[in-house]
Amino acid sequence: MSKISALTFTDRGIYCPAGDFYIDPWRPVDRALITHGHADHARWGHGHYLATHAALPVMRHRLGEIDAQGIGYGETVQIGGANVSFHPAGHVPGSAQIRVEVAGEIWVASGDYKVENDGLSEPFEPQRCHHFITESTFGLPVFRWQPQARITTELNAWWARCADAGKTAFLGAYALGKAQRLMRMLDPEIGPILTHGAVEGTNAVLRAQGIDLPETQQVTGEMDVKSIKRALVLAPPSALGSTWARKFGPRESAFASGWMQLRGVRRRRAGDRGFVVSDHADWRGLLDAIGQTGAENIYVTHGYTDIFARYLNENGWQAQVVPTEFEGETLDMDAAS
Amino acid sequence: MNRFAALFNAIDQSTKTTVKVAALAAYFRAAPPEDRMWTIALFSGRRPKRVVTTTRLREWAADEAGIPLWLFEESYPIVGDLAETIALVLPPADGSSDKSLSAWIATLRALATVEEDARKAAVLAAWHSLEDTERFVFNKLITGGFRMGVSQKLMTRALAQATEKPEAELAHRLMGNWHPDDTTWEGLIEAEDASADASRPYPFYLAYALEDGPEALGAPSAWRAEWKWDGIRGQVILRDGQHFVWSRGEELMTDRFPELARAADFLPPGTVMDGELLVWQPQADRPDSFNALQKRIGRKTVPKKLLTDAPVVLHAYDLLEWQGSDIRETSFAERRALLEAACADLPGDAPVRLSPQLEFEGWDDLGELRSIARDENAEGVMLKRADSPYRIGRKKGDWWKWKLDPLTIDAVMIYAQAGHGRRANLFTDFTFAVRHGNDLVPFTKAYSGLTDAEFREITKWVRKNTLQRFGPVRQVTPHHVFEIAFEGIQASPRHKSGVALRFPRMSRWRQDKPLDEANTLEDLNDMLRIYG
Ligand SMILES: [Zn+2]
Ligand SMILES: [Zn+2]
Repeated sequence: MSKISALTFTDRGIYCPAGDFYIDPWRPVDRALITHGHADHARWGHGHYLATHAALPVMRHRLGEIDAQGIGYGETVQIGGANVSFHPAGHVPGSAQIRVEVAGEIWVASGDYKVENDGLSEPFEPQRCHHFITESTFGLPVFRWQPQARITTELNAWWARCADAGKTAFLGAYALGKAQRLMRMLDPEIGPILTHGAVEGTNAVLRAQGIDLPETQQVTGEMDVKSIKRALVLAPPSALGSTWARKFGPRESAFASGWMQLRGVRRRRAGDRGFVVSDHADWRGLLDAIGQTGAENIYVTHGYTDIFARYLNENGWQAQVVPTEFEGETLDMDAAS
Repeated sequence: MNRFAALFNAIDQSTKTTVKVAALAAYFRAAPPEDRMWTIALFSGRRPKRVVTTTRLREWAADEAGIPLWLFEESYPIVGDLAETIALVLPPADGSSDKSLSAWIATLRALATVEEDARKAAVLAAWHSLEDTERFVFNKLITGGFRMGVSQKLMTRALAQATEKPEAELAHRLMGNWHPDDTTWEGLIEAEDASADASRPYPFYLAYALEDGPEALGAPSAWRAEWKWDGIRGQVILRDGQHFVWSRGEELMTDRFPELARAADFLPPGTVMDGELLVWQPQADRPDSFNALQKRIGRKTVPKKLLTDAPVVLHAYDLLEWQGSDIRETSFAERRALLEAACADLPGDAPVRLSPQLEFEGWDDLGELRSIARDENAEGVMLKRADSPYRIGRKKGDWWKWKLDPLTIDAVMIYAQAGHGRRANLFTDFTFAVRHGNDLVPFTKAYSGLTDAEFREITKWVRKNTLQRFGPVRQVTPHHVFEIAFEGIQASPRHKSGVALRFPRMSRWRQDKPLDEANTLEDLNDMLRIYG
């Protein structure tokens, strides 16, 4: 008789029979372990939530009143027959890979992750395991990120050029994680950083947790925006073309996302400029992370699943595609990372 | 290639015409003449002769990247561009190069005469020394197709700024059969006599579509009307005892339409006419449909039988050069009078005919004529302002095409396939069927006409309603009805439905229509009988 595996894949999400809990489930369940606060992972309506202490404030900010418990990175709790611990995923502040051990069999559900240290998120820590669940958002060899330092230079050069030309620089980015990471890359000597309400809300939550973010000013209805010179405005991508943006007068807009690697997408989405900044691992990052787990069994979700799994299978892993219902951070959503 | 790559980025990173033109003008002022020449060539669709097949390029790139070929091939449609896919998968460069654009092109051209091993070595060496845009540009030099949001018109404007020559003169100089291999900057742009080349055509004037009817154009008496023919726009040049036929896409088509050689027997040298190439049987009172012309389009040389089965004539509607002088600045009415005089004595078997003008008094008369355009195998009517000069390119105001409404049919979506490039993760290519008893008979594909938001919505639906996958194609639950618009229909034994459509596209997503209200194969056959 074959034993039941520590984690299984159900139509509600990843399930642990021994502990009777789900990881990032997409339908309401009694007990949910959440890797991070992005909307496609932390959903509303579960009975109990468990997430890292660092992830909880943003989840509460977004989901309102929830029955949630926090856990520290590296701390182990026993849930039923499962030993569970959370480890940094390097994706956004508070994000975690969830390690589940049942009778000596170790699984890691990595959620979304990135291997480069962005200076903001707790840096990725590989976990040895037998079974590794990986995303594949950018699981193609055409995705290769430049070091953050190089993008920082380009970004500030663009802002300075806009400022010198008397234009407001609009930078589109996802409100949780990406926006704050960009903020810390920006050089405040160039001018003031203004924010859209959606970004500032998250800023306030993260500042209250002690995360060091540069000074920002939320754009409000009363603000005389035209009198503010040399500004850069951080806003969700959906706000870039809106009437909200129009009141700033002459402006240039840019978009920061891993998809900006592709010229076709850049030309369609970026307005004036596209910066390749992603919260997900690139091709090499995915392969390195997988290699470091020592796992033989890989479950591929979220992205170019078929292609990535085929490549892994040809290179000595046992890989399979895990169907997901959430489409998450795909190219055509504002959540694009 | 630094300077050219910087130009490329400046153009690529801006959506504003003024910025693009300024970047180009600055480049034309500063770059060496050979680089300028090649830049003009690349931006007008000319490229160095291909010295490496794309098959080899793909193999070499996959090899260099350390990935299996299938993985490269899977990545390519997602990126949407071969040159870019190669540039992205290759490892970072480990050297650098300061060779100019034309020096790189010279390097490539030299490869035409060497063994494949040497070609490969040269391409790999280039990849090792170039990065980012330069590497992409280098690959584009091999694969061709610099489409980058700069039309020939904008390039001409930039050249005019840089050289301080009139835009119209430059547009004319850039037309025709030149190639940087045998033309210098001096000869093309600076030389005194721009018409030295007998084959050089004039830039075409292109009409805008009239969306809301002609009433807004003012008094009908200021306008002339003619049929909007459904053929190939062509310019026929008779100079120095030679003849040349140019397409609107600046392709020299002289050899494809040998009938037109006889035009020189009836018309004097120094004549340039604008008109429509149509298949027209000797005794017929209207042209054959576009389907007949289709047989001729793909042929570089024409077998005798095809010449008798599908004889082509030029339906001339404008005169651009007469007795050796450029008369484009005179009014349409005057040019037309000259054209009519020139064509007055043409015998019935001449390969040139005068395209008639339509008589009308009020706009409602013209509306009547338009409604019977299909009977004449025309697509609608053209309106030309009587006092207008012959302009360059697509300029609003003097020429309008008032086309018939397209034919439409309501069809059921049955297969879906992802798009390319920027639409690689959306389902945009669909196969449609009509009902036939309890069956659905596929009859056309269509992949345009919906908004991005609609494509996103249908993409979500396709993901959830896939019945079966055949490679990249998904069979979906027959549920959604779309209105398919098209310009023509013809019998086609190759298709299961027995018909083929011309320019099919989705004109409306009929979310209001249930499946059983979609059109039937019988409806489609009725349309074939009436319009085929
Ligand atoms: Zn995420
Ligand atoms: Zn995600």
